[in-house]
Amino acid sequence: MPSKTVEILPEATVLFAGDSGDGMQLTGTQFTMATAHAMNDLATLPDFPAEIRAPVGTTYGVSGFQLHFGSVDIRTPGDEVDLLVAMNPAALIVNLDRVRPGGTVLVNSNAFEKKDLKLANLASNPLEDGSLDKFRVIQVELTRLTRETLKDTDLNQKQIDRSKNMFALGLALWLYSRPIEPAQRWLESKFARKPEIRDANLELLKKGFHFGETTEQFVTRYEVTPATLPPGRYRAVQGVQALAMGIVAAANKSGLPITYGSYPITPASDLLHALSRYKNHGIMTIQAEDEIAAIGMAIGASFGGALGITGTSGPGVALKGEAMGLAHITELPLVIVNVQRGGPSTGLPTKTEQSDLMQALFGRNGDAPMPVIAASTPGDCFEVAYEACRIAVKYMTPVVLLSDGYLANGSEPWLIPDPDDLREFDVSFATETNAEVEGKPVFHPYVRDQKTLARPWAKPGVPGLEHRIGGLEKADGTGNVSYDAANHEKMTRLRAEKVERVQQDIKPLEVFGDKDADLLIIGWGSTRGAIEAGVTRALNAGHKAAAVHLRWVHPLPPDLGEVLSQYSSFLVPELNNGQLVRILRDRFLLPFEAMNKIQGRPFGPSEIANKIAEMVG
Amino acid sequence: MSDNDSKKPQGRKPKLPPGMGTPAGKKPTLPPGMGKPAGRKPSMPPGAKPPGAPPPGMPSGDGASGLTRADFSSDQDVRWCPGCGDYAILATVQRLMPELGVPRENVVFISGIGCSSRFPYYMNTYGMHSIHGRAPTIATGLKASRPDLDIWMITGDGDSLSIGGNHIIHIMRRNVDLQIIMFNNQIYGLTKGQYSPTSEVGKVTKSTPFGSIDHPFNPIALVLGADSAFAARTMDRDPKHMKEILQQAHAFKGTGFVEVYQNCNIFNDGAFFDVTEKATKSERAVFFEHGKPLVYAGGKKGLRLEGFHLQSIDLEEGNWGVDDCLVYDETSRELATILARVYWRDNLPQPFGVFYREDRPSYDAQVNEQVQAVIEQRGKGSLADLLAEGDTWVVE
Repeated sequence: MPSKTVEILPEATVLFAGDSGDGMQLTGTQFTMATAHAMNDLATLPDFPAEIRAPVGTTYGVSGFQLHFGSVDIRTPGDEVDLLVAMNPAALIVNLDRVRPGGTVLVNSNAFEKKDLKLANLASNPLEDGSLDKFRVIQVELTRLTRETLKDTDLNQKQIDRSKNMFALGLALWLYSRPIEPAQRWLESKFARKPEIRDANLELLKKGFHFGETTEQFVTRYEVTPATLPPGRYRAVQGVQALAMGIVAAANKSGLPITYGSYPITPASDLLHALSRYKNHGIMTIQAEDEIAAIGMAIGASFGGALGITGTSGPGVALKGEAMGLAHITELPLVIVNVQRGGPSTGLPTKTEQSDLMQALFGRNGDAPMPVIAASTPGDCFEVAYEACRIAVKYMTPVVLLSDGYLANGSEPWLIPDPDDLREFDVSFATETNAEVEGKPVFHPYVRDQKTLARPWAKPGVPGLEHRIGGLEKADGTGNVSYDAANHEKMTRLRAEKVERVQQDIKPLEVFGDKDADLLIIGWGSTRGAIEAGVTRALNAGHKAAAVHLRWVHPLPPDLGEVLSQYSSFLVPELNNGQLVRILRDRFLLPFEAMNKIQGRPFGPSEIANKIAEMVG
Repeated sequence: MSDNDSKKPQGRKPKLPPGMGTPAGKKPTLPPGMGKPAGRKPSMPPGAKPPGAPPPGMPSGDGASGLTRADFSSDQDVRWCPGCGDYAILATVQRLMPELGVPRENVVFISGIGCSSRFPYYMNTYGMHSIHGRAPTIATGLKASRPDLDIWMITGDGDSLSIGGNHIIHIMRRNVDLQIIMFNNQIYGLTKGQYSPTSEVGKVTKSTPFGSIDHPFNPIALVLGADSAFAARTMDRDPKHMKEILQQAHAFKGTGFVEVYQNCNIFNDGAFFDVTEKATKSERAVFFEHGKPLVYAGGKKGLRLEGFHLQSIDLEEGNWGVDDCLVYDETSRELATILARVYWRDNLPQPFGVFYREDRPSYDAQVNEQVQAVIEQRGKGSLADLLAEGDTWVVE
């Protein structure tokens, strides 16, 4: 066996790409698990087409899974790809611009026949025409080796060919010195009832791993040493899983039953899938007939004393707008989760974007502000979900929770939280009358708590608290229908003031980077990793910059003005055409510069670092 | 062929076999001399009271709960137009409430938008006046999470069949255990008089100055098509019948859908007078009951089944007797479909009663049973275990 040199890398980015039927998401997920077991820090970015099975071999059917891992702090799924595993010409062509010059391209050389090139609309073979000169190309006969390995099994040709991703996975695991055992364990349990498939996949995985060892094509093997993460028990978590668990935690800590109403929509459906499995955790899920029904059901549940939650993506929020207004004026607790995707209209359903911020802030008729909280990493979705539920109940208000496709599908190592460390989640229901009319005790649903301005939550079933609420303007205190001019203005201001008072619950901002810098970068949502990684790079390059991240976009943190006053120039990177930047300009009248990317993909740290260099260099 | 999809030219005598349709949504012409006197002012429906007036001192009928009708009246002024059919429905419901024996605090009224949907404000119970068409969604979420509550949903023909059409069909198939009272006045009242999804073809309104061309819905047929488990029809001007039907809807474990013909005396006055007013009611309406023959016109006429169609028979001539009349079976989906399609026919009376009743589990019961089953199977979930689920590793 030829001996290979081992090169230690601080970090690496791998991208698996193939047809949407090639099992690339699965391959990526298993590589992620192995990487987690190798104790690296990591971040992932699945990237798949909206079509379930687009025609085989075409560029629009390409599905990818990108993984960035390292012994250093990993904040994004990676700027540039070090290793691209391409199962066919389409996957190669679509992703080639993401590979760094000098990076490695591993292709299934059996998939570059004339018909494959034609499907990918290629006039010439990229393996032969020089277009890969910048890269290190490794041609592996994945199809032939797979067929050879499985020739003595009873599997048919189609089943055999579909297994070639396991060969690729084995080879990639070997190349980066990842343990093979997590994938083996997974295959054993996944195909426990299909021994033939299980054995075939296990065999291929092993063959791929050994192939790396024996082939002359690899002279170097890489190793990425464990990252220094805070001690504790970890798991890999996807944003959507973390969000679902945050909701379970809210049910657990508050003692409130939770009713989740949802209508399937990419990329929010996985939240419905996850929560529907948690029936024994106090979560009831209803797959509604449409988006409006989904929020209506959640509002009905909240009226009954449960916590109603509805989840969707931007187009669904557009449909829910009127009902969100109802929740605002009836002052019922409600959480609206928006897993943002590329818009407008149907837009880019499977791609990520931050373009629903304005919709979250203002997308309703009338003056109907509500708190807006945004998650910053897959793991952060847990805390943000918990916090959204807590604030909704504490202030008796609908809360918008913004996630996005990148957070929902992306994953990272997650220090498993201790439920006892979560903030207290107190719930108090009205139990007695709170006013008197003509000497008789009565219940007035709009008498407010002086600190939070929340109205009392009286659930049906309590004698003496019978009351009516609804979408018509309410008289202050009594909650009776009122068309009085002064009352309407008062109530509009009261509802807005109540939302502002959520500031009482917002923790002080933490400034990242060089606090003495002139430039401050302000971000929200899933760009946090890229911004802070970009700032780190800039600092290493001698460019001074600081960054602040907004978890709450409405109300804005009470100390934001104070933080801003320490800096003289401002950059607001967003994955939209400029939304937070307008809010900040309006509020603070400072020279905020917009930085926008609207490509359905997250920022890379180098984009941020380059922009910083341009501004302060 | 349905009752109202034939294309008979207006005004010509029908050449169709008995039981076949009349033109879409066309109101039956009345026998000579039975027409509504021109300019006749509609009488106040029973139970109506002018806005702001105290509830009429009717016998309240103390119920099992020990409450009276007055206990169910809120302190809010009723703001419907004087003479509106809504008053009769409100009075009937308030009178029924004490008899049902449900603690007042467990009663919830949920409505959408429209004249009828102001109803919850006038009931001294829990209630929500929600948004247009969406009451079924709110009621479903409430009942699923609070199956102990007794929920009434109030809606109108525009609210439930037009803007809320999608929700009404889905609440029917789910069979959520609650009562729906749909006030059908065949017009948009609150928006000041546009045609509704139940308005007849040719209706001249503010939005249809040359007549409406929309084919109308037949609400009972619609909900039966959506697999309603309980569908009934009654009218504002017969509070006794209305109360009986509402009682049955309440006793039913599932969605008790009750269509109430309700006169809008401002924008669609007299839309139902053929079937509600004394002069024509007995000839033009048939009140049917489970297990009883379909007889009307004070016993002088009956309905018999001729193939798949109903035929009016004269019980006095001697050719036919009561034994020839169809004995109604409200558990028969087929009979319900035939009777529901008797819809504004020249030659047949409009039916009132419980068209269909099917005992099947309600959505709220099932959703909670499933939760219980999962808890029994897996035990109450532990948050700590859930968080640490799957592949984990320790960093020292």
